[in-house]
Amino acid sequence: MTNATTMNPSGRPRGIAPAPWKDTAFEWLTRAFALVVFSLLAAIVISLVLGSQLTLEKYGFAFIWSADWDPVQGNFGALVPIYGTVATSLIAMLIGVPVSFGIALFLTELSPAWLKRPLGTAIELLAGIPSIIYGMWGLFVFVPIFQSYLQPWIIDGLSGVPLAGALFEGPPIGIGMFTAGLILSIMVIPFITAVMRDVFELVPPMLKESAYGLGATTWEVVWQVVLPYTRVGVIGGIMLGLGRALGETMAVTFVIGNAHRLAVSLMAPGNSIASALANEFTEAVGDLYFSALIELGLILFLITTVVLALSKLLLMRMARAEGTRT
Amino acid sequence: MSVASPTNPLYRSRRRFNLVLLAASAATLAFGLFWLAWILGTLLLEGGGALVRATLYYQMTPPPGADGGLANAIVGSLIMVTVGTLAGTPVGILAGTYLAEYGRGSWFANATRFLNDVLLSAPSIVIGLFVYSVYVAKVKHFSGLAGSFALALLVIPVVVRTTDDMLKLVPGSLREAAAALGCPTWKMVVSVTYRAARTGILTGILLAVARISGETAPLLFTALNNQFWSTALDRPMANLPVVIFQFAMSPYEDWQRLAWGGAALITLAVLALNIVARSLFRKSA
Amino acid sequence: MDAIEARGAKDLTIQTAVRGDRAGEATLAELQPKLRIRNLNFYYGGFQALKNVTMDVPEHRVTAFIGPSGCGKSTLLRTLNRMYSLYPEQRAEGEILIDGENLITTKRDVSLIRARIGMVFQKPTPFPMSIYDNIAFGVRLFERLTRRDMDERVEAALTQAALWGEVKDKLGQSGQSLSGGQQQRLCIARGIAIKPEVLLLDEPCSALDPISTAKVEELIHELKTDYTVIMVTHNMQQAARVSDFTAYMYLGELIEYDATDTIFIKPKKSQTEDYITGRFG
Repeated sequence: MTNATTMNPSGRPRGIAPAPWKDTAFEWLTRAFALVVFSLLAAIVISLVLGSQLTLEKYGFAFIWSADWDPVQGNFGALVPIYGTVATSLIAMLIGVPVSFGIALFLTELSPAWLKRPLGTAIELLAGIPSIIYGMWGLFVFVPIFQSYLQPWIIDGLSGVPLAGALFEGPPIGIGMFTAGLILSIMVIPFITAVMRDVFELVPPMLKESAYGLGATTWEVVWQVVLPYTRVGVIGGIMLGLGRALGETMAVTFVIGNAHRLAVSLMAPGNSIASALANEFTEAVGDLYFSALIELGLILFLITTVVLALSKLLLMRMARAEGTRT
Repeated sequence: MSVASPTNPLYRSRRRFNLVLLAASAATLAFGLFWLAWILGTLLLEGGGALVRATLYYQMTPPPGADGGLANAIVGSLIMVTVGTLAGTPVGILAGTYLAEYGRGSWFANATRFLNDVLLSAPSIVIGLFVYSVYVAKVKHFSGLAGSFALALLVIPVVVRTTDDMLKLVPGSLREAAAALGCPTWKMVVSVTYRAARTGILTGILLAVARISGETAPLLFTALNNQFWSTALDRPMANLPVVIFQFAMSPYEDWQRLAWGGAALITLAVLALNIVARSLFRKSA
Repeated sequence: MDAIEARGAKDLTIQTAVRGDRAGEATLAELQPKLRIRNLNFYYGGFQALKNVTMDVPEHRVTAFIGPSGCGKSTLLRTLNRMYSLYPEQRAEGEILIDGENLITTKRDVSLIRARIGMVFQKPTPFPMSIYDNIAFGVRLFERLTRRDMDERVEAALTQAALWGEVKDKLGQSGQSLSGGQQQRLCIARGIAIKPEVLLLDEPCSALDPISTAKVEELIHELKTDYTVIMVTHNMQQAARVSDFTAYMYLGELIEYDATDTIFIKPKKSQTEDYITGRFG
């Protein structure tokens, strides 16, 4: 910044000649790059559509519910990977959402002040661990223990039970969709917890004090006042976690089993879109095979885009109501 | 009041319920911390040995069954992360500048911000697929450049977001002071606003670097891998994540040990970057 | 002289605002105290916000705490239902006796205390639920009522809060859909639905327009038949209109505490007189 003594009589700092073209140029420069970002999403979708032309033309919508996957004969269908993606993500949500809620509750209502930051950082570290680590640890450390101790116990325990039994039957091989879902849940917990904690802290203290003032317990204040108040933001956070779980590759690839089979039991191996791509793309031969894989990628991208867009919309609504930014 | 007495049965059951649920909340915290401890502990246990052996850092990735190091993979990763960051950061900063300084209220800026946030959490494997389709398939070979390109695409949304947020935090009075001196807008942004927000923007860059350092999926079909030493960007380039993937899934013990070493190395680097970035930001705040 | 008529008078000096129907009222010493506060000291961390406060709050009367910003009137109010217990850095020493029991040191669960002492805040704080559920929330904490009994309780509370007529057809609607003044009366109804013994009002009209304020002030006057009301206000005219006894506080100390008429017409301390006549504050 120039100082006043170098001002020339016209009032403008000396040394900086008036050059309105520089302003316009800079603005257009920034606008150009914003345009790049703006178009990136569309560019991705378009290129994926172009890349999957062959299978789009051959199968149309039937691609989505076909369970075939035969590279040799040239028959492809997306049902198995889509099922695997959705199933593992759902398991991740079923486990991850209550846990995230519990942690967020602890961080906002129960934790002493000095513990809040270190605990919050520790949970965020979980988000920083690269997903390939989750995969390796999952396969080499968790799976053997799960297979030897926990899995037989679960399978035997639920063997007679009508619905749950079918979901948990089969030989204890350790890997499978349930394992993948469990590991995914650990990965999404930090994301959901962070959003929940942020929106819980937006609740006006006066509102909570009103409830405490009537004699309510901590749980009642959180469940009946805080949660309904932050409902929109909480759902947004859950959808953010879901979006991440759907697209996760390495953690799932190691432990899902890479089997193109549709099975009812969660203990069976399966495939997700991301793991199918990771395992098969570099070895794929033939244009149709490539096209099938790229179409899988397109489907995944569309699903996650919808979920993430919804999440963003909900979080924006919550932020607008509170006058802050998410 | 007779009902607000400690003998009220409704009150007692509510209190019990409250205690049970608060205990459950503490249990969920323990649950989360348990996994963190187990994973980090495993990494140190399995990979710690390989980390402290110097051969890790100067020997090449070995053929199956032989011992070696990860030198080419480490260098390859460093190169691609650097190139990717150098390519993606200016795009991110300039786009973020547009959103914060010029685009307030315009539908284009709001839409870009929205789309950027969607991209932020998009599956990285699809980014790899995209780069494959538009570049690798066209030139018909894998390359370090393609890998850097994919990493750059992952850097951009992070940097856009943090630049946008940080620039918005710069108080309007600072901008007005510059304008009152006759400072043209572009110079105000570059000299005043950037400088005021520089710690935050730097933090964003560090977080982006931390993120891409650990990414495997986007490199799978762009940079692929290279057993030998190569720093040429136009050929497949060795990199830590893909090497770890390949070695870990193999049946060879030597390879698996190297995989753990590499995993420990990446995790340490990523966590260190995260901690540095956050403490840098907190110190400036 | 009715408070509403007094308000209508062009000249709103304190003297005209003082309720004329208080002539012949009992003095503090003659009345049965509901709360006895003895040597109360309060700290926010290292900062002492209340210094040796001692006073008796009489039953079935309206007592007002007045004073300039930062004098500790809200702090004092919030000690009475142990609201400070929510915040670890806040602590109180001394005695607050209700029916002989010291609220500060009692071993009893604090939520039981709070069920006997209701509180209404500066801004309306309707819970994110229906009007009916807002009222029923507090009741359900301690009583299991049939649907019909609960309906009666809700109606009684809303009637006492002068809100029943306006909301009786829309009990299922969200509490947040009401206007500001209605929301505050909802909060008052919510507070009295649990049949507390004491009602604490922390600047209840500060966020309301004049018409709503008038309605709430009428309400406060009627509530004292059933409850002991303690009110914090930064509006001296309001204290003069509504309260029977007034405590003037300054920098954490209780300067003067007497019948409202005395405080506003013939205060005993010069500090009080300075504040009342607007020489500072």
